[in-house]
Amino acid sequence: MPGKLKVKIVAGRHLPVMDRASDLTDAFVEVKFGNTTFKTDVYLKSLNPQWNSEWFKFEVDDEDLQDEPLQITVLDHDTYSANDAIGKVYIDIDPLLYSEAATVISGWFPIYDTIHGIRGEINVVVKVDLFNDLNRFRQSSCGVKFFCTTSIPKCYRAVIIHGFVEELVVNEDPEYQWIDRIRTPRASNEARQRLISLMSGELQRKIGLKVLEMRGNAVVGYLQCFDLEGESGLVVRAIGTACTLDKLSSPAAFLPACNSPSKEMKEIPFNEDPNPNTHSSGPSTPLKNQTYSFSPSKSYSRQSSSSDTDLSLTPKTGMGSGSAGKEGGPFKALLRQQTQSALEQREFPFFTLTAFPPGFLVHVGGVVSARSVKLLDRIHNPDEPETRDAWWAEIRQEIKSHAKALGCHAVVGYSESTSICEEVCILSASGTAAVLNPRFLQDGTVEGCLEQRLEENLPTRCGFCHIPYDELNMPFPAHLTYCYNCRKQKVPDVLFTTIDLPTDATVIGKGCLIQARLCRLKKKAQAEANATAISNLLPFMEYEVHTQLMNKLKLKGMNALFGLRIQITVGENMLMGLASATGVYLAALPTPGGIQIAGKTPNDGSYEQHISHMQKKINDTIAKNKELYEINPPEISEEIIGSPIPEPRQRSRLLRSQSESSDEVTELDLSHGKKDAFVLEIDDTDAMEDVHSLLTDVPPPSGFYSCNTEIMPGINNWTSEIQMFTSVRVIRLSSLNLTNQALNKNFNDLCENLLKSLYFKLRSMIPCCLCHVNFTVSLPEDELIQVTVTAVAITFDKNQALQTTKTPVEKSLQRASTDNEELLQFPLELCSDSLPSHPFPPAKEHLESASSNSGIPAAQRDRCSSWIELIKLKAQTIRRGSIKTTMTVEKASPVGDGNFRNRSAPPCANSTVGVVKMTPLSFIPGAKITKYLGIINMFFIRETTSLREEGGVSGFLHAFIAEVFAMVRAHVAALGGNAVVSYIMKQCVFMENPNKNQAQCLINVSGDAVVFVRESDLEVVSSQQPTTNCQSSCTEGEVTT
Amino acid sequence: MTSELDIFVGNTTLIDEDVYRLWLDGYSVTDAVALRVRSGILEQTGATAAVLQSDTMDHYRTFHMLERLLHAPPKLLHQLIFQIPPSRQALLIERYYAFDEAFVREVLGKKLSKGTKKDLDDISTKTGITLKSCRRQMESCSVAQAGVQWRDLSSLQPPPPGFRDYAAIVFFANNRFETGKKKLQYLSFGDFAFCAELMIQNWTLGAVDSQMDDMDMDLDKEFLQDLKELKVLVADKDLLDLHKSLVCTALRGKLGVFSEMEANFKNLSRGLVNVAAKLTHNKDVRDLFVDLVEKFVEPCRSDHWPLSDVRFFLNQYSASVHSLDGFRHQALWDRYMGTLRGCLLRLYHD
Repeated sequence: MPGKLKVKIVAGRHLPVMDRASDLTDAFVEVKFGNTTFKTDVYLKSLNPQWNSEWFKFEVDDEDLQDEPLQITVLDHDTYSANDAIGKVYIDIDPLLYSEAATVISGWFPIYDTIHGIRGEINVVVKVDLFNDLNRFRQSSCGVKFFCTTSIPKCYRAVIIHGFVEELVVNEDPEYQWIDRIRTPRASNEARQRLISLMSGELQRKIGLKVLEMRGNAVVGYLQCFDLEGESGLVVRAIGTACTLDKLSSPAAFLPACNSPSKEMKEIPFNEDPNPNTHSSGPSTPLKNQTYSFSPSKSYSRQSSSSDTDLSLTPKTGMGSGSAGKEGGPFKALLRQQTQSALEQREFPFFTLTAFPPGFLVHVGGVVSARSVKLLDRIHNPDEPETRDAWWAEIRQEIKSHAKALGCHAVVGYSESTSICEEVCILSASGTAAVLNPRFLQDGTVEGCLEQRLEENLPTRCGFCHIPYDELNMPFPAHLTYCYNCRKQKVPDVLFTTIDLPTDATVIGKGCLIQARLCRLKKKAQAEANATAISNLLPFMEYEVHTQLMNKLKLKGMNALFGLRIQITVGENMLMGLASATGVYLAALPTPGGIQIAGKTPNDGSYEQHISHMQKKINDTIAKNKELYEINPPEISEEIIGSPIPEPRQRSRLLRSQSESSDEVTELDLSHGKKDAFVLEIDDTDAMEDVHSLLTDVPPPSGFYSCNTEIMPGINNWTSEIQMFTSVRVIRLSSLNLTNQALNKNFNDLCENLLKSLYFKLRSMIPCCLCHVNFTVSLPEDELIQVTVTAVAITFDKNQALQTTKTPVEKSLQRASTDNEELLQFPLELCSDSLPSHPFPPAKEHLESASSNSGIPAAQRDRCSSWIELIKLKAQTIRRGSIKTTMTVEKASPVGDGNFRNRSAPPCANSTVGVVKMTPLSFIPGAKITKYLGIINMFFIRETTSLREEGGVSGFLHAFIAEVFAMVRAHVAALGGNAVVSYIMKQCVFMENPNKNQAQCLINVSGDAVVFVRESDLEVVSSQQPTTNCQSSCTEGEVTT
Repeated sequence: MTSELDIFVGNTTLIDEDVYRLWLDGYSVTDAVALRVRSGILEQTGATAAVLQSDTMDHYRTFHMLERLLHAPPKLLHQLIFQIPPSRQALLIERYYAFDEAFVREVLGKKLSKGTKKDLDDISTKTGITLKSCRRQMESCSVAQAGVQWRDLSSLQPPPPGFRDYAAIVFFANNRFETGKKKLQYLSFGDFAFCAELMIQNWTLGAVDSQMDDMDMDLDKEFLQDLKELKVLVADKDLLDLHKSLVCTALRGKLGVFSEMEANFKNLSRGLVNVAAKLTHNKDVRDLFVDLVEKFVEPCRSDHWPLSDVRFFLNQYSASVHSLDGFRHQALWDRYMGTLRGCLLRLYHD
């Protein structure tokens, strides 16, 4: 018996009236786990029963502990007839199975009924006693931690990143079993909820086993989805990245820890390890070791002089290694060789992560994606889900070969999705081909010290833009130029990726959300014919989505897309494509050319005029956008750059024109200039429509920014107010005017209006940024389009921008000056050009610092994942404490200062409801995550047969989503947490039948339950207990307490 | 293209104060949108009418869902469905239970059951308050009367500002004071609330026994019974004459309307004392305000007494009783007259 589960039912409150006669309820509770059931006494005549039950004990295998949910049913006792169910609570006890997560689940849970929604609450306490089991052949994988977060979780460091894990389980959908015809909707819903819960548990356990096999201890970027295949069954599948994680000691105690002898011991062998990037620098182990432990600045400066891909223009004397431009080939080969050996054992070198430890990502090739159309058939044997496995294996193989074609051996930011309509299913997978640093992948060789990586990343901050493929043998036509940063390596003219912007990337101005939207009608067809029709349409969709993205990117004056997600949805009579990404201007890539319109009939005068009018409009828009997003790239003289390598492009003719200077002129000077303009040929009305639709996208109102990545490039002074929301819209198309254009327009309007509504709703938060904007499109019926958006609005402080940006800068400056002059030089040379983009020119003595700052990643402090960054953070906070005394007083006010929203203590079960924050991001602005409590993965079904009475479809879904939020919050609070990070609504399937007054909705959400502490509270701690280590990492004499 | 479904759900429930007010005032979505457009919000934010419509609908839906909880405010504090910061919760409750004086003036002293639709219709047309808003206010009155549980709120925050007024409403409703007669129309809700507060402080059980809940809404029955004893002041002719002469001596030369007072003294005194003696019967309690106006306010007004003279007179009138040797119910008189004097002074205006 490896585990004992103990459950206690304390009390209920706000129960519904079940007995009309007395207006009261005689409630009791059934507690079920596996096949064992316990019951409480009946608490007569009360809506707030106090059961105070004994501890119900279940003795179970840990395998069951992982698979089964604890099922609590509240019933109304009835002497004469059958007892009526009030509702249920499912509790996933998985978080109790890791040693360092939650120890007890205790709190008020909403009692949920699939027909009536939430009906009161119940207070439950759950504990697990686990016995150690050393059986090697066990089927359970207790202790493997799961994270939805697609980066290394904040209070951990990655020792080894092992790689891709996937699993899928299939079953028959209870909704489609014969028994469903005779049972009540409630019973059917509950069977479904229970089955999916069970399947999720099983899936997680199986993935856990795979991780253990790989000798990992955690899964990061865990993404679980279910496919409702209707008649043919139910598939629950999951992918993730297996890692070995090490918990960083708590922030309060991390300094002594990193100085401990054991740590040093660990680092020494690491430093001696052959290192392809730094092989030329003379090893001086003891010094280095000290450097790592105490002063990150030293390592920075040393590395800046010895890295291969140095940023500075002038070659430095005393530099051991040659420039990467010359060494590029052999170096790349070496790197590839090493990495390949690490990756070769793996079937799929995929990573679901979108943000990485510094230095992990070496080069990025571009987006790779694969789709396939399948016909669903009944799953005959649920125990052998071979067909589905084979389908996915096929797609992954394709992705892998695409990546290879791009000269990459790995795929990062990898994700999979499906779209199902009747018996046709589109499987999609996409990711970003990349070259990775092998040291993270090799087992046992490295003790994975992040500080080492940190130092590497700085010199190579344009490195990820450099092409990984051979320029003479390019896999696709592209324009290459020398990198605008280092001028030694080749970079493409645009870069599309599915990952987040690397923290060390140099970005000019701010980013923005870019969407491509597309609809295509298709004929209704059956089976085989339908699948063929869809397969034929797909390439055209992909192509057009890509073109649209490219046009919009150019229109914004930007040159790279991050977080690209292309969703293709299949319906009865149409296909929808929606691509979202965050556009940015990468300093390393060339300035994008403008958009040039070319007419087909040049002789027609009025037509000409029209064209030139359009051209002017486009140019104006580009100029406006550049201003709006503060894109002021430094002017670089042509000689340095070298000539681009022109290549023909499909559908776009290469014309030589000047891009930025052409803002005012309508007639482009085609004779000189080296950059190409993107040409749109207007040959028919369709194309005209396209151009129009380009121009209809309105920028967000002032004070608003939006992006679909974790953080907004160019904004780094977040304040603590966050508002996560979900918005759903469904429109009905009038079937008369169903042409592609009308459809496109409708879809475009739908998305634009939705965004406008969001801006309006959140106007009280200005200035703010909508982050992680996640659109999902589905086609529930013939003429219905459903768009679901989940995002978080985060406020930021416009005025504080200067102060916050200055702090790290001063530090780096001081650090550099105490040490070495070299560091100071390169940012100066590199970035002083970008100074004008700074909104408030800083005082003279900070001139250099401000300019060097543009190279410091925006929200680095939020994303820090190593102790060394923690030191930096600490240093920063202490400095702040000493310099801006008045501010500290304000900030340092203790937790219970009456500001309820800022309460950081875990909510107490009996007091008023504690605030639980939810965010799709992996961090909480202005706060430190101190503990991960476990994964939240919940599935709910809600059904109604009185749709009108519940306020129609809107009322029904509004209430349901509010209830889902409430249940997530309650579970987090019961685990002792105060926030959910990496929250995602993976599925929201809504079906209605207004004629029958019925509707049904399925929602699947997941996230990581965490405990966070406000940074202001941390600051109090740190300024109270300054350690000598702390001071040493701060600048001299600044620390006063 | 028609919108089938359009919702926005925030982790923290968004409450727009302006829309909340429009909702409370009972405007339909269309009217609310029109009013918001007029407020110039479109120009300020650059939004379109469609956006405004969607936003308003959404807020209305949220308020509609919240209404169930607002009917029992403690539930709002403990519910898990809507995450609302406490300050916002307080605002919701406070605004929900705020009322229009015009409405309350109409229902004052009436039974606080839901009221028939026709009654509310009448009030709605008379006061210009929307029917929806009337219904809400009627309901909150009955919530206040029935549960009064929501006083637990005081543990969280100071009692809502409208709380005293609710005490008055419930007090009037419990005692079914008549306020609707034509001759009482000149009185405002404020006048009645003032009287109610005085009466709650002095004439209820809670006033004598601090152990009792001080919000006890019933008049002290024993006290009302005892009031019969005051009758001697007018029944005994000698006592009445003595009282009159005491008052007249004291006020001679100080009152602008002395002669009228002297002539009317016996009538006025009889009126005031008889009102007291009649309070034994529930039916007569109901007519308290009618009686006071008929027996005191109107006679004085017809003689054009200035308010200062009324004050002088009432002070002297109650004080002189202490000098009446034959009268033994001084404490009773003070409890009665002290309150009544305050009420009369408030009721005495045009």
